[in-house]
Amino acid sequence: MFAYYLDLALRSLRRNKVLTTLMVLALALGIGATITTLTVLRLLSGDPLPQKSAQLFYPQLDPNEKDGYIAGQTEPAPTMTYVDAMNLLHAHRATRQVAMALSQAKVLPQQGGDHPFFSDAVMTTADFFAMFDAPFQYGNGWAAADDDSGAQLVVIAGFLNDKLFGGANSVGKTIRLNDRDFRIVGVLKPWAPQPRFYAQDLGGRSYGDGDAVFLPLRTARAVDMGPQDTECYAAVTDIKHLETAPCMWLGVWVELVDDAAVAGYKSFLSSYAQQQIAQGRFQRPETALLDLMGWLRDQQVVPDDVRLQAGLAFGFLLICVVNTVGLLLAKCLRRSQEIGVRRALGATRREIFTQFMVEAAIVGMAGGVLGLLFAELGLLGIRHQPAEYASLAHLDLGMFLFTFVVALGASLIAGILPAWRACVLAPAPQLKAA
Amino acid sequence: MTLHPMIAALRRHKAGVVLIALQIALTLAIVCNAVFIIGQRIERVHRPTGLDENNLFLVSQQWVGAPSGDDPGSVEKLDSMQQADLAALRGLPDVASVAPINSLPLLNSSWNGAVDLKPGDKGQGSFRGTRTTYYFSDEQALSTLGLRLVAGRNFTAADVGHQGFRDQGEPTQVILTKALGDKLFPKGDALGKVIFLNGATTPTTIIGLVERMQVPGTGSWTNAFVWNATLAPTRLDANFARYAIRAKPGRLDAAMRAVTPALYATNPLRVLDDDSVKSFADIRAEAYRADVGMAILMGVVCLILLAVTAAGIVGLTSFWVGQRHRQIGVRRALGARKIDILHYFQIENLVIASVGAVIGLMLAVGLNLLLMKSFEMDRLPAAYVLIGIVVVLALGQGAVFVPARRASNVPPVVATRAA
Repeated sequence: MFAYYLDLALRSLRRNKVLTTLMVLALALGIGATITTLTVLRLLSGDPLPQKSAQLFYPQLDPNEKDGYIAGQTEPAPTMTYVDAMNLLHAHRATRQVAMALSQAKVLPQQGGDHPFFSDAVMTTADFFAMFDAPFQYGNGWAAADDDSGAQLVVIAGFLNDKLFGGANSVGKTIRLNDRDFRIVGVLKPWAPQPRFYAQDLGGRSYGDGDAVFLPLRTARAVDMGPQDTECYAAVTDIKHLETAPCMWLGVWVELVDDAAVAGYKSFLSSYAQQQIAQGRFQRPETALLDLMGWLRDQQVVPDDVRLQAGLAFGFLLICVVNTVGLLLAKCLRRSQEIGVRRALGATRREIFTQFMVEAAIVGMAGGVLGLLFAELGLLGIRHQPAEYASLAHLDLGMFLFTFVVALGASLIAGILPAWRACVLAPAPQLKAA
Repeated sequence: MTLHPMIAALRRHKAGVVLIALQIALTLAIVCNAVFIIGQRIERVHRPTGLDENNLFLVSQQWVGAPSGDDPGSVEKLDSMQQADLAALRGLPDVASVAPINSLPLLNSSWNGAVDLKPGDKGQGSFRGTRTTYYFSDEQALSTLGLRLVAGRNFTAADVGHQGFRDQGEPTQVILTKALGDKLFPKGDALGKVIFLNGATTPTTIIGLVERMQVPGTGSWTNAFVWNATLAPTRLDANFARYAIRAKPGRLDAAMRAVTPALYATNPLRVLDDDSVKSFADIRAEAYRADVGMAILMGVVCLILLAVTAAGIVGLTSFWVGQRHRQIGVRRALGARKIDILHYFQIENLVIASVGAVIGLMLAVGLNLLLMKSFEMDRLPAAYVLIGIVVVLALGQGAVFVPARRASNVPPVVATRAA
């Protein structure tokens, strides 16, 4: 029976090629636009560390002045002062804890003739690699003791190792950064979580390539590397010594394994803030402990334009569906006589309904295939955009299948009204009219 | 012609009428808001920076192994390195003038602070006053950037000082943009007045006003002070430096090519890569690339939407014409002229489209409110909605014309044939 409906539907679609093309094309454009923007949206709002993100938390404190503080409404500061970051680190209340800031390192190639160049640098502490599951190609991270000793050690990214050492094991070799020699202790495999959650509010980009060099925080500061972003909450007399200045420039992450640990850390943070108030360092008691995905939402990491485009695409799809409803309706009402004949020859309403839904589904599938093509074209266009996430825009299997779900769903919804109108037609008047 | 029979006829096609009206309403709502967004982006992209942007380019470079700049001796060393670069650049045959500068409009790298009419009490709290961005440069800034002085005088070579990048001193003389001067002194008499920079206790005199100069930031956070710039006669000495360079007319490419070898000849130990030498046209294109991309995308989507809606109207109206073939013949036989039939379908479409436009108007305003809530968006001006209504009505008339003319060509003899 289904094969018969299929045959009928194809005949009917062939009979009016212009109308069929119009329906398929409109639906395909709507689906193409929706899938393109959804792919980008999903990519940008994805989980950078799916296996770990639920255990990673971003503590926040607020050393700002009392001025402008409204209890319960003012959010705590997005970054931390050196003093607070070190206090939290040394308290060791979490399984792992790490402080970091972003910087730029001048890399001087050892081979003669090559000009020096800039690389993205992360100034951080020993737990960074284990906490964020950064995979090593060669060697390891540095030890906690190296954080305090200020040892001139560095972990470099695979792409920098390729560029400087031709991809060979460079552990133990030296690299010249900001006019000092550093000993390489580890080389990472390609590692670039998207979004770059740890770069939020530290002056780094939200998507794109991974960082090139990772240095112990104290060492980096000793060779005068500065953070990309500094926020001061009081007049500064000595901006060089950021460690003691009233300025926030560090992000702190903690790893907490279960709900009890999270609750424990929350109360630790509030009591820390209260203790700082008692000492006169803080005026505001507000603290926060967002998990990784919560922090990304709080930071509104997905650009407004991308959300706007996704909304626009859905509006577009809606109009295309309304359009398809109209055209399908016109098509099936034009065939009133045919329906009358079929009904008179014994077809039930249900069979008529099914027949027209099959026809709608065929339009939907055709729209889906063409829409997939449009989506690929759209993503190709996005890959050629200058956006920092451009190179990541690809259709994965999930979105591939989802395209057909959207196409079928849209066309079946569009088909309901025309199919219902067709099946409730009384056969007798149609036959008489013919 | 009375509307009564037409309305009666429409009531027999409720579903089709509702669908066309709905499609027109949704199209109007989306197109109005999209065109409004396009308009805003275009306005943003086309605002002049106040600079003469032709023949202007920027060099950003950093020295390797440079002194720290934290003690007077190393600041002097850095300054002499910068002076050597300036002399080398000014000596190039295709270069008209060169100014050291910490940033440029649209460069998105800025030094911001506040200016106030009262001295600050340093060490106490945040800066009071009017927000501004600072450009640190020398006496060649105005000629190099092509800024127009509207009052007072330019800096002289004797006014220009230099200081380490992290030193706290404030200049004794500044040139402000007219916008900033008028904000501080609403009577428009800012010239010669005394102000205090960044909560300083020492006064600074306004010696000149330039017509217009944009801040480096292009993000929405700068909207509140986008024309508030302060020019200070100070060369900043750090291990990096930026030079704004005006090439002689028509010699931009040659000047840009000559810069890298000249700087390496002065001192090879520096970071100077492909991104280091940039024409202002490129800086502008980079700053607004996302805005232009968004405007183009919105424009394309609007055109496709209008096309889809027009196609929908053609499809449904064609169906109605086919369905009423015989009735049209009867009307023709009873004396209706071709033009009457044409008008019938045109007016029918106008009625449906008008209903759609009224619903669309409400949807457009609703959508705008929603966008204002979740995005940084202004209120949709009435003009956009009115123009949008005219456009969708015209679109409806255009789309209905072909099937309506086919209807008007139905011969009266159809009435005599068997149904």
